[in-house]
Amino acid sequence: MKQRILVGTRKGTFFVERVNGAWQPRLAGHIGAGVNYVARDPVRGTLWAALGHGHWGAKLSRSSDDGATWTDAPQLKYPEGARHYLPPPPSETGPGEGAPTLKPATLLKLWCLAFGKDGRMYVGTIPGGLFTSEDGGESFALNRGLWDHESRGGDLTTGPGNGTTKWFGTPAAEGEFTPGIHSIEVDPRDPQRVLIAVSTAGVLETMDGGRTWSVRNRGLTMDYSPDPSDEWAGHDPHAIALYPGQPEHVWQQNHCGVFKSDDGAATWRKVSVPEVGVHFGFPVAVDAKNGRTAWLVPGQSDMQRTTIDSGLFVARTEDGGATWQQLRRGLPQENAFDVVYRHALHNQGDTLAFGSTTGNLFVSDDRGDSWTTVANNLPPVYSVRFA
Amino acid sequence: MPQVELTRHLYQFFPTLEGRRLEVEATSIAEVIAAMEALAPGIAFYVCDERGRLRQHVNVFIGTARVTDRATLTDPVEPSSRVSIIQALSGG
Repeated sequence: MKQRILVGTRKGTFFVERVNGAWQPRLAGHIGAGVNYVARDPVRGTLWAALGHGHWGAKLSRSSDDGATWTDAPQLKYPEGARHYLPPPPSETGPGEGAPTLKPATLLKLWCLAFGKDGRMYVGTIPGGLFTSEDGGESFALNRGLWDHESRGGDLTTGPGNGTTKWFGTPAAEGEFTPGIHSIEVDPRDPQRVLIAVSTAGVLETMDGGRTWSVRNRGLTMDYSPDPSDEWAGHDPHAIALYPGQPEHVWQQNHCGVFKSDDGAATWRKVSVPEVGVHFGFPVAVDAKNGRTAWLVPGQSDMQRTTIDSGLFVARTEDGGATWQQLRRGLPQENAFDVVYRHALHNQGDTLAFGSTTGNLFVSDDRGDSWTTVANNLPPVYSVRFA
Repeated sequence: MPQVELTRHLYQFFPTLEGRRLEVEATSIAEVIAAMEALAPGIAFYVCDERGRLRQHVNVFIGTARVTDRATLTDPVEPSSRVSIIQALSGG
Protein backbone atom coordinates (compact mmCIF):
# COMPACT_ATOMS: atom_id res chain seq x y z
CA MET A 1 0.00 0.00 0.00
CA LYS A 2 1.31 3.44 -0.88
CA GLN A 3 2.02 5.35 2.30
CA ARG A 4 0.79 8.87 2.79
CA ILE A 5 0.78 11.17 5.80
CA LEU A 6 -2.07 13.62 6.41
CA VAL A 7 -0.88 16.69 8.28
CA GLY A 8 -3.12 19.26 9.96
CA THR A 9 -1.48 22.57 10.80
CA ARG A 10 -2.34 25.97 12.12
CA LYS A 11 -2.51 27.25 8.53
CA GLY A 12 -3.77 24.46 6.36
CA THR A 13 -3.76 20.78 5.41
CA PHE A 14 -0.67 19.15 3.94
CA PHE A 15 0.02 15.73 2.46
CA VAL A 16 3.40 14.08 2.79
CA GLU A 17 3.99 11.47 0.13
CA ARG A 18 6.85 9.38 -1.13
CA VAL A 19 8.11 10.81 -4.42
CA ASN A 20 10.91 8.77 -6.01
CA GLY A 21 11.61 7.25 -2.63
CA ALA A 22 11.80 10.54 -0.69
CA TRP A 23 9.08 11.95 1.55
CA GLN A 24 7.80 15.28 0.21
CA PRO A 25 5.20 17.64 1.66
CA ARG A 26 2.67 19.60 -0.35
CA LEU A 27 -0.21 21.90 0.49
CA ALA A 28 -3.47 19.98 0.15
CA GLY A 29 -6.11 22.53 1.14
CA HIS A 30 -7.57 24.90 3.74
CA ILE A 31 -4.77 27.43 3.36
CA GLY A 32 -4.98 29.99 6.13
CA ALA A 33 -7.34 27.94 8.30
CA GLY A 34 -6.49 26.09 11.49
CA VAL A 35 -6.71 22.34 10.90
CA ASN A 36 -6.88 20.41 14.16
CA TYR A 37 -7.10 16.93 12.70
CA VAL A 38 -7.11 15.24 9.30
CA ALA A 39 -8.08 11.60 8.84
CA ARG A 40 -9.40 9.13 6.31
CA ASP A 41 -12.54 7.08 6.77
CA PRO A 42 -11.16 3.61 6.07
CA VAL A 43 -14.59 2.24 5.22
CA ARG A 44 -15.69 4.87 2.70
CA GLY A 45 -12.38 6.46 1.69
CA THR A 46 -13.59 9.97 2.48
CA LEU A 47 -11.01 12.40 3.86
CA TRP A 48 -12.09 14.56 6.79
CA ALA A 49 -10.59 17.71 8.24
CA ALA A 50 -11.58 19.33 11.53
CA LEU A 51 -11.18 23.07 11.02
CA GLY A 52 -11.09 26.00 13.40
CA HIS A 53 -11.76 29.19 11.50
CA GLY A 54 -11.26 31.59 14.35
CA HIS A 55 -13.87 34.23 13.58
CA TRP A 56 -16.21 31.81 11.83
CA GLY A 57 -16.11 28.86 14.22
CA ALA A 58 -15.36 25.17 13.97
CA LYS A 59 -16.24 23.45 10.70
CA LEU A 60 -15.99 19.95 9.29
CA SER A 61 -14.57 19.74 5.80
CA ARG A 62 -14.44 16.64 3.63
CA SER A 63 -13.08 15.41 0.36
CA SER A 64 -14.49 12.55 -1.67
CA ASP A 65 -11.77 12.81 -4.34
CA ASP A 66 -8.82 11.99 -2.12
CA GLY A 67 -7.98 15.59 -1.33
CA ALA A 68 -8.22 17.20 -4.78
CA THR A 69 -11.16 19.31 -3.60
CA TRP A 70 -12.67 19.97 -0.18
CA THR A 71 -16.17 21.11 0.71
CA ASP A 72 -17.95 21.92 3.92
CA ALA A 73 -19.64 18.84 5.34
CA PRO A 74 -23.02 18.91 7.04
CA GLN A 75 -22.05 20.70 10.22
CA LEU A 76 -22.05 19.22 13.64
CA LYS A 77 -24.02 21.27 16.17
CA TYR A 78 -24.98 20.92 19.80
CA PRO A 79 -28.71 20.19 19.88
CA GLU A 80 -31.28 22.58 21.24
CA GLY A 81 -31.47 22.21 25.01
CA ALA A 82 -27.98 20.75 25.46
CA ARG A 83 -26.52 22.36 28.55
CA HIS A 84 -23.44 21.76 30.61
CA TYR A 85 -21.76 22.87 33.78
CA LEU A 86 -18.76 25.04 33.26
CA PRO A 87 -16.18 24.25 35.89
CA PRO A 88 -15.05 27.29 37.82
CA PRO A 89 -12.10 28.77 35.95
CA PRO A 90 -8.84 28.68 37.89
CA SER A 91 -8.61 32.46 37.93
CA GLU A 92 -11.92 32.84 39.75
CA THR A 93 -11.10 31.84 43.26
CA GLY A 94 -12.77 34.63 45.15
CA PRO A 95 -15.66 34.12 47.57
CA GLY A 96 -18.76 32.79 45.85
CA GLU A 97 -16.95 32.26 42.55
CA GLY A 98 -16.11 28.61 42.97
CA ALA A 99 -19.39 27.12 41.85
CA PRO A 100 -19.90 25.69 38.38
CA THR A 101 -22.24 27.58 36.09
CA LEU A 102 -24.91 25.97 33.93
CA LYS A 103 -25.04 27.22 30.36
CA PRO A 104 -26.20 26.24 26.89
CA ALA A 105 -23.60 24.32 24.91
CA THR A 106 -22.18 25.56 21.65
CA LEU A 107 -19.42 24.01 19.59
CA LEU A 108 -16.04 25.52 20.41
CA LYS A 109 -13.63 23.08 18.80
CA LEU A 110 -13.54 19.95 16.69
CA TRP A 111 -10.59 18.16 18.23
CA CYS A 112 -10.32 14.61 16.90
CA LEU A 113 -11.92 12.10 14.55
CA ALA A 114 -12.19 8.32 14.67
CA PHE A 115 -13.82 5.56 12.69
CA GLY A 116 -15.10 2.15 13.68
CA LYS A 117 -15.00 -0.94 11.49
CA ASP A 118 -18.78 -0.84 11.59
CA GLY A 119 -18.72 2.42 9.60
CA ARG A 120 -19.53 4.65 12.55
CA MET A 121 -17.71 7.97 12.63
CA TYR A 122 -16.79 9.71 15.89
CA VAL A 123 -15.92 13.35 16.53
CA GLY A 124 -14.47 14.56 19.82
CA THR A 125 -15.21 18.18 20.62
CA ILE A 126 -14.90 20.96 23.12
CA PRO A 127 -17.01 21.47 25.29
CA GLY A 128 -16.74 17.73 25.90
CA GLY A 129 -19.38 16.35 23.56
CA LEU A 130 -18.85 13.14 21.63
CA PHE A 131 -20.69 13.12 18.31
CA THR A 132 -21.35 10.08 16.16
CA SER A 133 -22.51 9.57 12.62
CA GLU A 134 -24.08 6.37 11.36
CA ASP A 135 -24.34 7.55 7.75
CA GLY A 136 -20.79 8.44 6.82
CA GLY A 137 -20.98 12.00 8.07
CA GLU A 138 -24.25 13.08 6.47
CA SER A 139 -25.62 13.72 9.95
CA PHE A 140 -24.28 13.73 13.49
CA ALA A 141 -25.84 13.10 16.87
CA LEU A 142 -24.57 14.04 20.30
CA ASN A 143 -23.91 10.93 22.38
CA ARG A 144 -26.32 11.42 25.25
CA GLY A 145 -24.97 8.62 27.42
CA LEU A 146 -21.76 10.55 27.84
CA TRP A 147 -23.22 14.06 27.71
CA ASP A 148 -25.75 13.22 30.42
CA HIS A 149 -23.24 11.22 32.48
CA GLU A 150 -23.64 11.63 36.21
CA SER A 151 -20.05 12.89 36.43
CA ARG A 152 -21.14 15.93 34.41
CA GLY A 153 -24.27 16.59 36.41
CA GLY A 154 -26.66 14.10 34.81
CA ASP A 155 -29.42 15.06 32.40
CA LEU A 156 -29.38 18.85 32.31
CA THR A 157 -31.80 19.36 29.45
CA THR A 158 -34.70 20.28 31.67
CA GLY A 159 -33.26 20.73 35.16
CA PRO A 160 -30.13 21.28 37.21
CA GLY A 161 -29.31 17.58 37.45
CA ASN A 162 -27.13 16.80 40.44
CA GLY A 163 -25.79 20.34 40.48
CA THR A 164 -22.14 19.81 39.77
CA THR A 165 -19.49 18.43 37.43
CA LYS A 166 -16.37 16.39 37.96
CA TRP A 167 -15.01 17.36 34.58
CA PHE A 168 -12.65 20.31 34.47
CA GLY A 169 -11.44 22.41 31.60
CA THR A 170 -8.60 22.66 29.11
CA PRO A 171 -6.82 25.74 27.80
CA ALA A 172 -7.28 24.18 24.36
CA ALA A 173 -10.86 25.46 24.58
CA GLU A 174 -9.42 28.83 23.55
CA GLY A 175 -11.37 31.27 25.61
CA GLU A 176 -13.66 29.20 27.78
CA PHE A 177 -12.57 26.86 30.56
CA THR A 178 -14.40 23.73 29.54
CA PRO A 179 -13.44 20.10 28.86
CA GLY A 180 -12.44 18.51 25.60
CA ILE A 181 -12.41 15.02 24.10
CA HIS A 182 -9.12 14.54 22.29
CA SER A 183 -8.72 10.77 22.03
CA ILE A 184 -11.18 8.19 20.70
CA GLU A 185 -10.04 4.58 20.41
CA VAL A 186 -12.48 2.10 18.91
CA ASP A 187 -11.77 -1.53 19.67
CA PRO A 188 -11.02 -3.15 16.30
CA ARG A 189 -12.43 -6.48 17.51
CA ASP A 190 -15.62 -5.07 18.92
CA PRO A 191 -16.72 -1.64 17.73
CA GLN A 192 -19.23 -1.48 20.58
CA ARG A 193 -16.25 -0.92 22.87
CA VAL A 194 -14.80 2.58 22.74
CA LEU A 195 -12.34 4.39 24.96
CA ILE A 196 -12.21 8.16 25.09
CA ALA A 197 -9.83 10.49 26.89
CA VAL A 198 -10.85 13.87 28.20
CA SER A 199 -8.85 16.88 29.30
CA THR A 200 -9.61 17.22 32.08
CA ALA A 201 -11.52 14.22 33.43
CA GLY A 202 -9.57 11.12 32.41
CA VAL A 203 -10.54 8.02 30.47
CA LEU A 204 -14.05 6.68 29.99
CA GLU A 205 -15.16 3.45 28.35
CA THR A 206 -18.33 2.17 26.80
CA MET A 207 -18.94 -1.51 26.14
CA ASP A 208 -22.38 -1.04 24.60
CA GLY A 209 -21.80 1.28 21.68
CA GLY A 210 -22.09 4.47 23.71
CA ARG A 211 -25.24 3.88 25.69
CA THR A 212 -23.44 3.75 29.03
CA TRP A 213 -19.99 4.94 30.06
CA SER A 214 -17.72 4.09 32.99
CA VAL A 215 -14.71 5.94 34.32
CA ARG A 216 -11.36 4.18 33.80
CA ASN A 217 -8.90 6.13 35.94
CA ARG A 218 -7.84 3.49 38.45
CA GLY A 219 -4.09 3.63 38.97
CA LEU A 220 -3.66 7.09 37.51
CA THR A 221 -2.16 9.68 39.80
CA MET A 222 -2.90 13.37 39.58
CA ASP A 223 0.01 15.07 41.30
CA TYR A 224 -1.82 18.35 41.80
CA SER A 225 -4.68 16.91 43.80
CA PRO A 226 -4.97 16.43 47.56
CA ASP A 227 -5.93 12.83 46.77
CA PRO A 228 -3.89 11.97 43.65
CA SER A 229 -5.53 8.58 43.16
CA ASP A 230 -9.14 9.76 43.40
CA GLU A 231 -10.79 8.57 40.22
CA TRP A 232 -12.22 12.06 39.65
CA ALA A 233 -9.15 13.98 40.76
CA GLY A 234 -9.06 15.89 37.49
CA HIS A 235 -6.88 13.42 35.63
CA ASP A 236 -5.38 14.85 32.49
CA PRO A 237 -4.57 12.29 29.85
CA HIS A 238 -2.86 14.11 27.00
CA ALA A 239 -3.38 11.18 24.65
CA ILE A 240 -4.19 7.48 24.72
CA ALA A 241 -3.37 4.79 22.17
CA LEU A 242 -4.73 1.28 22.02
CA TYR A 243 -2.84 -1.62 20.51
CA PRO A 244 -5.08 -2.92 17.73
CA GLY A 245 -3.77 -6.48 17.85
CA GLN A 246 -4.55 -6.94 21.55
CA PRO A 247 -6.75 -4.08 22.70
CA GLU A 248 -6.02 -4.93 26.35
CA HIS A 249 -2.81 -2.97 25.85
CA VAL A 250 -3.50 0.74 26.21
CA TRP A 251 -0.94 3.52 26.57
CA GLN A 252 -1.41 6.94 27.99
CA GLN A 253 0.76 10.03 27.97
CA ASN A 254 -0.65 11.95 30.90
CA HIS A 255 0.15 15.38 32.28
CA CYS A 256 1.56 13.58 35.32
CA GLY A 257 3.57 10.85 33.62
CA VAL A 258 3.24 7.91 31.27
CA PHE A 259 0.82 5.12 32.11
CA LYS A 260 0.24 1.66 30.68
CA SER A 261 -2.72 -0.65 31.05
CA ASP A 262 -2.58 -4.39 30.40
CA ASP A 263 -6.25 -4.94 31.07
CA GLY A 264 -8.03 -2.67 28.63
CA ALA A 265 -7.83 0.46 30.80
CA ALA A 266 -9.41 -1.18 33.85
CA THR A 267 -6.21 -0.37 35.75
CA TRP A 268 -3.17 1.71 34.90
CA ARG A 269 0.37 1.67 36.16
CA LYS A 270 2.91 4.43 35.89
CA VAL A 271 5.82 3.59 33.60
CA SER A 272 7.55 6.96 33.39
CA VAL A 273 11.24 7.13 34.09
CA PRO A 274 12.10 10.81 34.57
CA GLU A 275 15.79 9.93 34.84
CA VAL A 276 15.77 9.06 31.13
CA GLY A 277 13.55 11.96 30.18
CA VAL A 278 10.28 10.07 30.04
CA HIS A 279 7.59 11.83 32.00
CA PHE A 280 5.94 14.89 30.46
CA GLY A 281 4.75 15.13 26.89
CA PHE A 282 1.68 14.98 24.71
CA PRO A 283 1.59 12.20 22.09
CA VAL A 284 1.92 8.44 22.31
CA ALA A 285 1.99 5.83 19.55
CA VAL A 286 1.77 2.07 19.96
CA ASP A 287 3.28 -0.51 17.66
CA ALA A 288 0.89 -2.40 15.41
CA LYS A 289 2.74 -5.67 15.98
CA ASN A 290 3.45 -5.58 19.70
CA GLY A 291 1.45 -3.89 22.40
CA ARG A 292 4.52 -3.61 24.61
CA THR A 293 6.25 -1.30 22.14
CA ALA A 294 5.38 2.39 22.21
CA TRP A 295 6.86 5.74 21.28
CA LEU A 296 6.67 9.17 22.92
CA VAL A 297 8.15 12.58 22.24
CA PRO A 298 8.90 13.87 25.73
CA GLY A 299 9.20 17.45 26.83
CA GLN A 300 11.01 18.88 29.82
CA SER A 301 8.03 19.38 32.14
CA ASP A 302 4.65 21.03 32.41
CA MET A 303 6.39 24.14 33.66
CA GLN A 304 8.86 24.11 30.77
CA ARG A 305 7.17 22.81 27.65
CA THR A 306 10.21 22.49 25.43
CA THR A 307 12.68 19.82 24.51
CA ILE A 308 14.94 18.51 27.25
CA ASP A 309 18.26 20.39 27.21
CA SER A 310 17.34 21.80 23.76
CA GLY A 311 17.84 18.47 21.95
CA LEU A 312 14.95 16.60 20.34
CA PHE A 313 14.47 12.87 20.85
CA VAL A 314 11.83 10.20 20.56
CA ALA A 315 11.54 7.72 23.44
CA ARG A 316 10.81 4.07 22.68
CA THR A 317 10.08 1.14 24.91
CA GLU A 318 9.88 -2.45 23.73
CA ASP A 319 9.15 -4.02 27.09
CA GLY A 320 5.94 -2.39 28.21
CA GLY A 321 7.62 0.65 29.73
CA ALA A 322 10.20 -1.06 31.94
CA THR A 323 13.04 0.50 29.95
CA TRP A 324 13.22 3.36 27.47
CA GLN A 325 15.62 4.29 24.70
CA GLN A 326 16.28 7.82 23.53
CA LEU A 327 16.27 7.88 19.72
CA ARG A 328 18.16 10.94 18.49
CA ARG A 329 19.78 10.01 15.18
CA GLY A 330 18.76 12.53 12.54
CA LEU A 331 16.95 14.82 14.97
CA PRO A 332 18.27 18.29 15.90
CA GLN A 333 20.35 18.19 19.07
CA GLU A 334 21.24 21.87 19.48
CA ASN A 335 18.94 24.85 19.85
CA ALA A 336 15.87 22.74 19.22
CA PHE A 337 12.75 23.83 21.08
CA ASP A 338 10.15 21.77 19.29
CA VAL A 339 6.97 20.83 21.10
CA VAL A 340 4.99 17.93 19.66
CA TYR A 341 1.27 18.13 20.20
CA ARG A 342 -0.92 15.17 21.18
CA HIS A 343 -2.05 14.22 17.66
CA ALA A 344 1.22 14.97 15.93
CA LEU A 345 2.94 11.55 16.25
CA HIS A 346 1.76 8.49 14.36
CA ASN A 347 3.01 5.20 13.01
CA GLN A 348 2.20 2.70 10.31
CA GLY A 349 4.22 -0.47 10.05
CA ASP A 350 7.84 0.39 10.68
CA THR A 351 7.33 4.02 9.64
CA LEU A 352 6.82 6.81 12.13
CA ALA A 353 6.21 10.50 11.61
CA PHE A 354 5.86 13.51 13.83
CA GLY A 355 5.53 17.25 13.41
CA SER A 356 6.25 20.06 15.82
CA THR A 357 5.07 23.49 16.82
CA THR A 358 8.11 24.95 15.08
CA GLY A 359 7.00 23.57 11.73
CA ASN A 360 9.43 20.68 11.54
CA LEU A 361 8.30 17.31 10.26
CA PHE A 362 10.37 14.16 10.69
CA VAL A 363 9.90 10.63 9.37
CA SER A 364 11.59 7.38 10.35
CA ASP A 365 11.42 4.26 8.22
CA ASP A 366 13.19 2.07 10.78
CA ARG A 367 10.95 2.20 13.83
CA GLY A 368 12.52 5.37 15.13
CA ASP A 369 16.16 4.31 15.02
CA SER A 370 16.95 7.14 12.58
CA TRP A 371 15.02 10.13 11.32
CA THR A 372 14.83 12.20 8.14
CA THR A 373 13.78 15.82 8.10
CA VAL A 374 10.91 16.20 5.68
CA ALA A 375 10.06 19.86 6.29
CA ASN A 376 11.39 22.74 8.37
CA ASN A 377 9.00 25.54 7.58
CA LEU A 378 5.50 24.22 7.91
CA PRO A 379 3.01 26.09 10.09
CA PRO A 380 2.78 24.73 13.65
CA VAL A 381 1.75 21.09 13.28
CA TYR A 382 -1.42 19.94 15.04
CA SER A 383 -1.92 16.42 13.68
CA VAL A 384 -0.03 13.75 11.78
CA ARG A 385 -1.90 10.67 10.60
CA PHE A 386 -1.01 7.95 8.12
CA ALA A 387 -3.77 7.25 5.63
CA MET B 1 -34.86 46.21 0.37
CA PRO B 2 -31.95 46.19 2.81
CA GLN B 3 -28.61 45.67 1.18
CA VAL B 4 -26.04 43.30 2.68
CA GLU B 5 -22.30 43.66 2.43
CA LEU B 6 -19.98 40.87 3.46
CA THR B 7 -16.35 40.87 4.45
CA ARG B 8 -14.13 39.47 1.72
CA HIS B 9 -13.27 36.58 4.01
CA LEU B 10 -16.74 35.11 3.66
CA TYR B 11 -16.48 34.99 -0.14
CA GLN B 12 -13.67 32.51 0.34
CA PHE B 13 -16.21 30.08 1.79
CA PHE B 14 -19.20 31.20 -0.28
CA PRO B 15 -17.76 32.16 -3.68
CA THR B 16 -21.18 32.16 -5.36
CA LEU B 17 -21.99 35.37 -3.47
CA GLU B 18 -18.99 37.30 -4.73
CA GLY B 19 -19.77 40.21 -7.01
CA ARG B 20 -23.51 39.92 -6.42
CA ARG B 21 -25.67 42.77 -5.18
CA LEU B 22 -27.18 41.23 -2.06
CA GLU B 23 -30.63 42.58 -1.30
CA VAL B 24 -32.86 40.67 1.06
CA GLU B 25 -36.41 40.87 2.39
CA ALA B 26 -35.87 41.56 6.07
CA THR B 27 -37.05 43.76 8.91
CA SER B 28 -34.53 42.56 11.52
CA ILE B 29 -30.99 41.24 11.66
CA ALA B 30 -32.38 37.77 12.39
CA GLU B 31 -34.31 37.95 9.12
CA VAL B 32 -31.22 39.19 7.30
CA ILE B 33 -29.26 36.15 8.49
CA ALA B 34 -32.15 33.82 7.57
CA ALA B 35 -32.33 35.35 4.09
CA MET B 36 -28.59 35.00 3.64
CA GLU B 37 -28.85 31.35 4.69
CA ALA B 38 -31.42 30.82 1.94
CA LEU B 39 -29.04 32.38 -0.59
CA ALA B 40 -25.98 30.52 0.65
CA PRO B 41 -26.78 27.48 2.77
CA GLY B 42 -24.37 27.16 5.66
CA ILE B 43 -23.50 30.85 6.02
CA ALA B 44 -25.64 31.35 9.12
CA PHE B 45 -23.41 28.94 11.05
CA TYR B 46 -20.38 30.98 10.03
CA VAL B 47 -21.91 34.18 11.41
CA CYS B 48 -23.84 32.74 14.37
CA ASP B 49 -23.42 29.79 16.71
CA GLU B 50 -25.99 27.02 17.02
CA ARG B 51 -27.95 29.04 19.59
CA GLY B 52 -28.41 31.79 16.99
CA ARG B 53 -26.09 34.26 18.68
CA LEU B 54 -23.54 36.26 16.76
CA ARG B 55 -20.16 34.61 17.11
CA GLN B 56 -17.85 36.34 19.52
CA HIS B 57 -15.53 37.63 16.83
CA VAL B 58 -18.15 38.69 14.30
CA ASN B 59 -19.55 42.20 14.02
CA VAL B 60 -22.72 43.28 12.28
CA PHE B 61 -23.41 46.94 11.52
CA ILE B 62 -26.56 48.69 10.35
CA GLY B 63 -25.14 51.67 8.53
CA THR B 64 -22.35 52.69 10.88
CA ALA B 65 -24.02 51.49 14.08
CA ARG B 66 -23.03 48.17 15.56
CA VAL B 67 -26.04 46.00 16.38
CA THR B 68 -26.90 45.90 20.06
CA ASP B 69 -28.77 42.61 20.38
CA ARG B 70 -26.13 40.00 19.65
CA ALA B 71 -28.11 37.19 21.30
CA THR B 72 -31.46 37.24 19.50
CA LEU B 73 -30.72 39.66 16.64
CA THR B 74 -33.81 41.83 17.05
CA ASP B 75 -32.23 45.08 15.84
CA PRO B 76 -34.67 46.50 13.26
CA VAL B 77 -33.63 46.96 9.65
CA GLU B 78 -35.17 49.54 7.30
CA PRO B 79 -35.67 49.05 3.56
CA SER B 80 -32.92 51.59 3.00
CA SER B 81 -30.51 50.00 5.47
CA ARG B 82 -27.07 48.82 4.58
CA VAL B 83 -26.07 45.83 6.72
CA SER B 84 -22.40 44.92 6.99
CA ILE B 85 -21.22 41.52 8.26
CA ILE B 86 -17.54 41.62 9.10
CA GLN B 87 -14.99 40.02 11.35
CA ALA B 88 -14.27 41.82 14.60
CA LEU B 89 -10.65 42.87 14.76
CA SER B 90 -9.45 42.27 18.24
CA GLY B 91 -6.08 43.85 17.81
CA GLY B 92 -2.77 42.33 16.83
